[in-house]
Amino acid sequence: MHRGKGMKFVGDSRVPAEKKPNIPKDYSEYPGKTEAFWPNFLLREWMVGAVFLIGFLVLTVAHPAPLEGVADPTETSYIPLPDWYFLFLYQLLKYEFASGPYTVIGAVIIPGIAFGALLLAPWLDVGKERRPYKRPIASGLMMLGVVATIFLTWESVDQHDWEAAAEQGQMADEEEDVEVDESAAGYEIYQSQDSCIGCHGGDMSGGAAGPNLLTTELETDEVIDIIQNGQGDMPADQFEGSDEELETLAAFIANNGQAPDGEGGSGGEGEDGGEDSGDEESDEGSEEGNEE
Amino acid sequence: MLQKVYDWVDERLDITPLWRDIADHEVPEHVNPAHHFSAFVYCFGGLTFFVVVIQILSGMFLTMYYVPDIIHAYESVYYLQNEVTHGMIVRGMHHWGASLVIVMMFLHTLRVFFTGSYKKPRELNWVVGVLLFFVILGLGFTGYLLPWDMKAYFATVVGLEIAEAAPVVGEFAKILLAGGEVIGAQTLARFFAIHVFFLPGALLGLLGAHFFMIRKQGISGPL
Repeated sequence: MHRGKGMKFVGDSRVPAEKKPNIPKDYSEYPGKTEAFWPNFLLREWMVGAVFLIGFLVLTVAHPAPLEGVADPTETSYIPLPDWYFLFLYQLLKYEFASGPYTVIGAVIIPGIAFGALLLAPWLDVGKERRPYKRPIASGLMMLGVVATIFLTWESVDQHDWEAAAEQGQMADEEEDVEVDESAAGYEIYQSQDSCIGCHGGDMSGGAAGPNLLTTELETDEVIDIIQNGQGDMPADQFEGSDEELETLAAFIANNGQAPDGEGGSGGEGEDGGEDSGDEESDEGSEEGNEE
Repeated sequence: MLQKVYDWVDERLDITPLWRDIADHEVPEHVNPAHHFSAFVYCFGGLTFFVVVIQILSGMFLTMYYVPDIIHAYESVYYLQNEVTHGMIVRGMHHWGASLVIVMMFLHTLRVFFTGSYKKPRELNWVVGVLLFFVILGLGFTGYLLPWDMKAYFATVVGLEIAEAAPVVGEFAKILLAGGEVIGAQTLARFFAIHVFFLPGALLGLLGAHFFMIRKQGISGPL
């Protein structure tokens, strides 16, 4: 940098008035085939970036980001699963030596040693040698860490019940979206049948003893048949009322808790929306499972 | 015209040395995949930064629609996913980018480790890099809760249980993160603040230090 007497500045600033020609440095003196970052190398780098971006966008379009039902803190049966890059820690805490009274070992000591060693690697491996096979202890420990992480992640993915996970994501979503049409005649009949409510719940969403009535894919005739003759654990002849009422109720259930066409009532659109998003959800859930 | 504008600014502020310092540095043969294909391992760091840029940009667009409270969070993500034009793409980029940045960063860490590039004089840059690793894991953890769907909520419950298992500071750390005993409205607000303000601030600062050091010291020589 030019300093001292004879320097001219722009006004009273510290910017020199004398312009230097804008010539890139010459790297011909450097060893090997060294080239300039700008523009030679950066242009190639951009091509790598562009190819990477295309692959990334294809992934994004092919697999939309999953979204399950809205969070329900009161749900106790949900099988939790962290994002895949925390699975190694999640899995570690399942082993006997690292859970229960020894949780501290799994949650703090083992990850603490591993990440602490990673952070302090320059002071743990102080030799001048850089080639991996010339410093077997450092390379070996790193390989051990990588293999352990991959193994734990693999085990966690392997042990997780992906079908149940896809189902619980889907169920939560449908419960969110399907609303029972409470103005329908069928709803009134359903509410008057204590035997129905006992197993299928007051909101028709099912329970431990009976399945969800809002998601059946049965026809009206089939529903009538099940109500009259029973099915599995469901006893026969529980319905109290006229045949006409039975048919109205069956049509109501066959139509997933909405008033059948022809009868007044609202909520038809809500049903469509619920079904669509529900189907999408299950697909995504299983796809994600296969991938990760 | 553009040249004149540039000259006008350059005369007053002398900006040429600023960008020439970034533009003019040598790329040695051993890191250039055009000369040795195996040198593609040196691309992982740059690609990690590329995905980070994608994350910042897509995240900025997501906050245009996202509402960080427990009543509207899920609804806003659902709307973003299903109604907003290209909302699915932007959310998809942020979702998959979160995984990709971890993958690329992992590969970058392995490259630096197995080429012994963390040794003197680059110890400090390695430490900053590992801190970046932690910050990005933190971004992944806090971002996972934000859609407020079932898997987000219960993953956070599990994560905070793990944090709570730490001796002495565990319970304090859990309450600090969750904003109380209950994982609920406060937790979502805190995770949003951490995900959008605290950690990105730390990320940008650390990235600045990371790049400053690599420019100052140059890339490590061939093995």
